[in-house]
Amino acid sequence: MADAPTTPVTPRANDVDPAVDARTGEIRQETMIINMGPQHPSTHGVLRLLLELDGETVLKCTPIIGYLHTGIEKNTEYRTWMQGVTFVTRADYLSPFFNELGYCLAVERLLGIEAPPRAQVIRVLMNELNRISSHLVWLATGGLELGAVSVMLYGFREREVLLDIFEEVTGLRMNHAYIRIGGVIMDLPDEGLRKIERFLEDMPKRIDDYERLLDENPIWLERNVGVGVLSAEKALALGVTGPVLRAAGVATDVRKDAPYCGYETYDFEVPVSHDADAYARYRLRLVEMRESMKIVRQCLERLREPGPVMIEDPKVAWPAKLSVGADGIGNDPAYVTHIMEESMEALIHHFKMVTEGVEVPAGEVYQAVESPRGELGFYVVSNGEHRPYRVKIRDPSFVNLQAIPTMVEGFLVADAIAAIASIDPVMGGVDR
Amino acid sequence: MSDRPGEEPTVEKAPDQPAARERHPGEQGVWEGALAIGKGMATVFKQTFRPDNTERYPSEIAPIPERSHIGRHLLNTHEDGLEKCIGCELCAFACPADAIWVEGADNDPEAPVSPGERYAKDYQINYLRCIMCGLCVEACPTRALTLTDYYELSFTSREDAIWTKEQLLEPPPPFGTDPVDREG
Ligand code: SF4
Ligand code: SF4
Repeated sequence: MADAPTTPVTPRANDVDPAVDARTGEIRQETMIINMGPQHPSTHGVLRLLLELDGETVLKCTPIIGYLHTGIEKNTEYRTWMQGVTFVTRADYLSPFFNELGYCLAVERLLGIEAPPRAQVIRVLMNELNRISSHLVWLATGGLELGAVSVMLYGFREREVLLDIFEEVTGLRMNHAYIRIGGVIMDLPDEGLRKIERFLEDMPKRIDDYERLLDENPIWLERNVGVGVLSAEKALALGVTGPVLRAAGVATDVRKDAPYCGYETYDFEVPVSHDADAYARYRLRLVEMRESMKIVRQCLERLREPGPVMIEDPKVAWPAKLSVGADGIGNDPAYVTHIMEESMEALIHHFKMVTEGVEVPAGEVYQAVESPRGELGFYVVSNGEHRPYRVKIRDPSFVNLQAIPTMVEGFLVADAIAAIASIDPVMGGVDR
Repeated sequence: MSDRPGEEPTVEKAPDQPAARERHPGEQGVWEGALAIGKGMATVFKQTFRPDNTERYPSEIAPIPERSHIGRHLLNTHEDGLEKCIGCELCAFACPADAIWVEGADNDPEAPVSPGERYAKDYQINYLRCIMCGLCVEACPTRALTLTDYYELSFTSREDAIWTKEQLLEPPPPFGTDPVDREG
């Protein structure tokens, strides 16, 4: 297909006539166009691939997205800065903490503030746990797509432990809205810390299990080794980041290149591989899980020091002090007494913060965080109002999807499944 | 491009031989492969002796963490029967999903509904919109609104999904009660 015309193609449902060769105009019988997805058990969410096949070989692959469009970016323009957190957390639903963190860091940079140290440690802690849970889902679904059902069950089982931890800490299993502008909404509960420690004890053995199951399994090797190869040059040209790029030998990681939340003070390695195939990505992610646990241990060490978890500045801090009682979770009675009976100013301030929220100075900022899938960027523009002018999410899944044609064209259909699984796209993040 | 500081990433070229790794399917002999599968099987077999993770919902409801705000809201009342809600609409302001409808009105001094000047004449939460984020309870200045652990919300129509003030004032049944009993 080297001499194919380079006019851009906008694929629509019926614009491909499989019977006519686009270049010569001749009727052809040798290739077939099929749709893989959007509803397909092995396409990792609602991703539609338009495949042109010659027998079992993929000649051309066009990914088509948009089936999970939620309008998250646009919605944030109609909400206060604080409410924005509840929206962005839903973009890439497997890494909610990363979305929250990226957004909050961007807004904090516009405001020129920094969250207190303890809040930063909690953010790192939750992010790294989230990285493990996201990689577990990748392992589970990726395994299932290649027929490794046991791995699917193990991956989801261990992820459940993590979701329990998240619920203990934030009150929700997913889409937590836990990280807020200026800190985090509540401090870690003791039970949550205990659960994290138990998890750290148990998890290394579970990763050993995965390795025993898959590392040398002949079927796993056949399906993954040499499949979905994406060289470093191509990956860089396509803007691919994350494990896919690192598996091609390029050691980029936002946590090391442009540290945030004090990542430069943590001791951890960024694993790099040189084989650039699906198997290398599999190995890399398992090593990353171990590295994340290393960071979590360091976080727990640092959390022994108490401290505030939300910035003191009343112009920024969200005015809520939550506590749990017999009636459920709500504002602490002491805080209620304070604003309702003791201080008229505090009450007026509470009203102002809820109805208007923070006022962010005009400006624009790009803040990147290293999500489980690569560089997750937030380009946030403010025109000095109480709501964002624009929130653009540079989601790594979206960019990494571009690599699919390069990875699968010229190879077998079955390899396409393994290649897509090794990219680990999350369609919630792709379509936003 | 990002505004991050630092140098260009170093591109280390991948080796020409794709088989730069130790293990390669071609190199794996039949016995080696069988051994690897045997190892995997043993791992799976070991799982038989691990505790079961399955929860027997709905016959048993597993306890949920203290902070969980995955359940329905509750409108609280003072001990003397007056409602805590003062109809200030802050919860509706805070809600990112526009799930709350509040209509405030002035209290009748003869028969007040709430201790303050105003009370909520109408209060509704649409559970088809609610995302259980908890911003409303964080905004409520009187702890009139709390989120409870009663998470078994299911509806058969859109109308049923909109809970009225009367429904929200009714405390949920104790956690873990048998669903059949709850249906009453
Ligand atoms: S929990 Fe969130 S979505 Fe639901 S009513 Fe409260 S603020 Fe709205
Ligand atoms: S529930 Fe709370 S925030 Fe909502 S109207 Fe009543 S007092 Fe105001």
